[in-house]
Amino acid sequence: MKPNALIIRTAGINCDKETEFAFNSAGAKTDLKHISYVKEKSKLSDYQIICIPGGFSYGDDLGAGKIFSLELLCWLKDQLKAFIEKGGLILGICNGFQVLVKTGILPDLDFKQKVTLTDNDSDRFEDRWVYLKVVSENIWLKGLPEMINLPIAHGEGKFYTERSILDKIESKSQVALRYVDSSLNPAGYPFNPNGSLNDIAGITDASGRVLGVMPHPERNMFEHHSPFWREEKVVPFGRVFFENAVDYFM
Amino acid sequence: MIWRVDVFPKQKEFCPKIFSQIKDLGLEGSFQVYSKKAYLIDADFKLQDIEKIANELLIDPVIEEYSLTKGIFEKAPAQNQILIAYNAGVCDSVALSLEKAIGDLSLNVKSARIAKFYEFEGLSQDQINYLAPKLLFNPLIEHIMDYNKAKNINTLDEFAGSDYKFELVNVDILNADDDNLVEISNNGCLSLSLDEMKIIQNYFKCLNRNPTDCELETMATLWSEHCAHKTFRGIIEYEERDQNNGLIKKETIDNLLKSTVFKATKDIDSPYCVSVFADNSGVVEFDDKNNICFKVETHNHPSSLEPYGGASTGIGGVIRDILGTGCGAKPFGSIDVFCFAPWDISHEDLPKGLLHPKRVMKGVIKGVRDYGNRMGIPTVAGAVLFDRRFLGNPLVYCGTLGILPKEKSFKYPKPGNLVILCGAKTGRDGIHGATFSSKELDEHTVNLTSAVQVGNPIEEKKLTEAILRARDKDLFNAITDCGAGGICSAITELGEECGVKVDLDKVPLKYRGLSYTEVWISESQERMVFFTDQSNLKELKEIFKEEDVEISVVGKVTDNKKLVLCYEGNKVGELDMDFIFNLPRLDKKAVWIERAENNQKLEEKDNYDDDFKQMLSAPNVACKDWVLREYDHEVQAGSVTKAIHGIDNEAVNDAAILRPDFKSDKCVAIGLGINPFYSDFDPYWMAASAIDEALRNVVATGGRLDKTFILDNFSWGSPQNELVLGALVRASKACYDFSTYFGVPFISGKDSLYNEYMVGDKHISIPGTLLISAMSIIPNWRKVITSSFKNSGNLIYIIGKTKPELGGSEYFRSLNLDQGLVPKVDKEQALANFTNLSSAIDKGLVASCHDLSEGGLSVAISEMCIGSKKGANIFLAEAPQEGNILDYEILFSESPSRFLVEITKDNKDAFEGELAKVNFGLIGCVSGDRRVVVHNKNSKVIANLEIDVLRESWKKTFKKFR
Repeated sequence: MKPNALIIRTAGINCDKETEFAFNSAGAKTDLKHISYVKEKSKLSDYQIICIPGGFSYGDDLGAGKIFSLELLCWLKDQLKAFIEKGGLILGICNGFQVLVKTGILPDLDFKQKVTLTDNDSDRFEDRWVYLKVVSENIWLKGLPEMINLPIAHGEGKFYTERSILDKIESKSQVALRYVDSSLNPAGYPFNPNGSLNDIAGITDASGRVLGVMPHPERNMFEHHSPFWREEKVVPFGRVFFENAVDYFM
Repeated sequence: MIWRVDVFPKQKEFCPKIFSQIKDLGLEGSFQVYSKKAYLIDADFKLQDIEKIANELLIDPVIEEYSLTKGIFEKAPAQNQILIAYNAGVCDSVALSLEKAIGDLSLNVKSARIAKFYEFEGLSQDQINYLAPKLLFNPLIEHIMDYNKAKNINTLDEFAGSDYKFELVNVDILNADDDNLVEISNNGCLSLSLDEMKIIQNYFKCLNRNPTDCELETMATLWSEHCAHKTFRGIIEYEERDQNNGLIKKETIDNLLKSTVFKATKDIDSPYCVSVFADNSGVVEFDDKNNICFKVETHNHPSSLEPYGGASTGIGGVIRDILGTGCGAKPFGSIDVFCFAPWDISHEDLPKGLLHPKRVMKGVIKGVRDYGNRMGIPTVAGAVLFDRRFLGNPLVYCGTLGILPKEKSFKYPKPGNLVILCGAKTGRDGIHGATFSSKELDEHTVNLTSAVQVGNPIEEKKLTEAILRARDKDLFNAITDCGAGGICSAITELGEECGVKVDLDKVPLKYRGLSYTEVWISESQERMVFFTDQSNLKELKEIFKEEDVEISVVGKVTDNKKLVLCYEGNKVGELDMDFIFNLPRLDKKAVWIERAENNQKLEEKDNYDDDFKQMLSAPNVACKDWVLREYDHEVQAGSVTKAIHGIDNEAVNDAAILRPDFKSDKCVAIGLGINPFYSDFDPYWMAASAIDEALRNVVATGGRLDKTFILDNFSWGSPQNELVLGALVRASKACYDFSTYFGVPFISGKDSLYNEYMVGDKHISIPGTLLISAMSIIPNWRKVITSSFKNSGNLIYIIGKTKPELGGSEYFRSLNLDQGLVPKVDKEQALANFTNLSSAIDKGLVASCHDLSEGGLSVAISEMCIGSKKGANIFLAEAPQEGNILDYEILFSESPSRFLVEITKDNKDAFEGELAKVNFGLIGCVSGDRRVVVHNKNSKVIANLEIDVLRESWKKTFKKFR
């Protein structure tokens, strides 16, 4: 059956409508709701998929995703726990990824913040297309080729943590996507646009059901999204993320 | 009591950005700068409460730690330390977020403020005092906290003790003579002329009473140049004279707007225009379900004083224009165009009272970036131009496009409606903004501090969500934005046809102490006004509560055509709508004196490699991808082509193209035309070229003229100067001539006058600058064209005739030549070029296309090659040309209406068949060897450059800037 997807927005989330469109066109039934609605009226158990879209929740005041993650913890922590235990899928894109790490849902589902996404090394917001190496065999990434292109657009996307945690994430194959150059090799700026440790662009939890990514799959749903669709044949790789999530429940 | 929490990285890091800026100021030696974020929190907290806030809210535990102080200062800061905070009343959006988040933790906070702490090593106190206002804060909105004052502060309520007690203020004008009237206008910052004051005096003589301060302010606001466009709507005695001052012609222009720009739209009478020059933006048909709208605004004066705040409130304002169009449109794209002084001028050359252009430029770009990105509206196109005359008056154009359902395209105010104010609370922000922009700036302008404000994009984002939800549920019947003139102009204009009664004490305030007049004319940002029936109120309140947006009933729509203002039950103003909107007509004189034409020739050279490089590195041409990258130009996922695209993101497109609705294949191309440098020769041809350029941009990407619409934005000097006004008339005439000839109507426009600055006793005026913004509806996104070459072996055509037109060109200006023939648009040729090219694109015959603009052929061919990493062989003899034209003239002439087009060999005959009515030449072919090779008429190679060399020239200019 068609899964139900809940897309949670709040003040300053601004990629919610295209994210809803992406889940919708992949075949999910979607609800796009404000957190103040969700905390009073929604039951997370009604859903199979939860997505936190991109944007600048609360202006990223006090740090990217900080206040939004605090609200999720204050109001929905128990429901989120139950949702995860029941086998639901969670996707956090850009600001949503920042929220997932600041709530401590990623990397270990234990609601303790261990990693962060902080100011780009360039100290600037940047919107550009990047090459990504698909690293893990993940529910969300099934069927994607080894290299894909997606756009990033953020000022705080540098993945950072202490060595021991980084090693643990690597050893458990929790890295989902890595920034690379067009020959799949690690490379510096601008290929790695923010200075992320180990070129990390996205991670999952150990089960692979929770995915956080800085790049925007919902911005690559049509050929015309690509910056070189007039030059060569392109595949809208972003679609695959959403189709995989829906297929998982079919 | 006040707690101060300082947040800083676990590993002490110095600030490389500020460090390099200090070096730019010329301070030498080895020094370091460190900064900390400081949060000031006024609350009755126990230690564990504040520790909880610091740990859970203020720090990122992976990389940051904090220190805690009771009071703003525990002890006097060391001489090398400063703490910078916002001035009282300046919007502090981070503090508002912090207050909300503390509430989420179930703790009670009275008030919070944000500050920045800096510590310097290796700099003297004098040096710190010198650099701080230049780099770290702007005294108009921020200050260094003084220990002696701050040590005794125990509350952050800056307005404590200044409660407002109502007292009606009448202004005696019945007994005023002319001098008194002028004095009243000047002292009150009303910017009303003596004639206008007399009209007001007469009105009140008939009423047999004096006006209240509030009534006088209402007139000043609604009759301001900003709101009423008095110059454009006035009567102008216009003369054209030849170089010897002989009269060519003389005429009386009754309403310049109606006889030029408006008239063009009326004469064209396009069936696609829905609402033009009537609403907050121009509305045209998109498809059978939706209309689209477009508005471009300037925010020049505020940006010159506080670049970040000025630019951010500029973009915020134009977004609200879209929200306030019809019954609410959804913004889906923005543009911005800036004109600055060269950013490398030395600090010593900077006249007193001005900000350095580098700081202006950085602040403006950051302001547009932060506001647009947070709003989630992609900023997709723009331009940055440089000229020294923009030193005191930088130009900041911000434009936004919106989409709205057809049935929501008009407003229907009704007597009995409630007047609703929603969005941010009201403070003293920007009082006298409308009248302020109608004045020239001088050294003393900086004292008008209340005119400067900073935006809060998240407030506006929340407001947008709430309004669009309410719109979709039909919960209101008329809406408009609060811009210049605040609720005064918003409510009065929306209620013009009916009448309104406003209860000023019902307006929610940011802080105590505002008088009724301040409430009425405040220009606090992020507010909208709408009219609705009482029956919708409950549902409206639910939506607004969920979105966390303030909503208040502040008045009622009446049917007596009067504006009635009350405060706590007292009447504080009553004016007839007919009087308010019967604007006085200004009588002005305007003169245009023809400039001698001089076809300046240079000596031919054997090789133009260096000239190519020079053109590509000229600041007006050089790669500014770093600006575009700071804008989220892909949010909303409507991007069809980007301003800069291609495999390595190095191909410059003529227009950015957006698809506003996934359900439709239609898309919108946005083109921009601006060239102030031609103004020095003849503003008529400047305007013609701007229109031509904007149209070239959309045609080159697949737009057609019959589905193209344009906007005019004039930034000009003082219309009190008859020569300046003469130039404005001349440019407006070109708008009429070319708009009607091309059949492309104006749908909206705006003027910003008085862009002058006094240095000593010298007036410095900007060059008359007209921005033309074009939007074109393309039926299918699959048909759009980009500018980079596609395949080697393909043929390159040039469309349009090249003339020796280098007056005001990038080439001549790079040689400091102010002579030459200004480019002139040949109407018939231009129209033929546009329509023939459109049909060739429509038939799928065009592989790529690029227009020729600044730098002419040299730049266009280079850009097509850089973007594709392909080369080109070019033969100048094949370009259609006029008379005995020289090599460099073909390369660098800026003759308008020209294009370079790439086609495959198979399409040669079909393509040439489409070009029946135009001058064209098969000028060369795309090559695989990554070189641009140019052959002159004698088949001699006069330029031969590697693409990598061209790219390096194109990219190097702004490397140092960042």
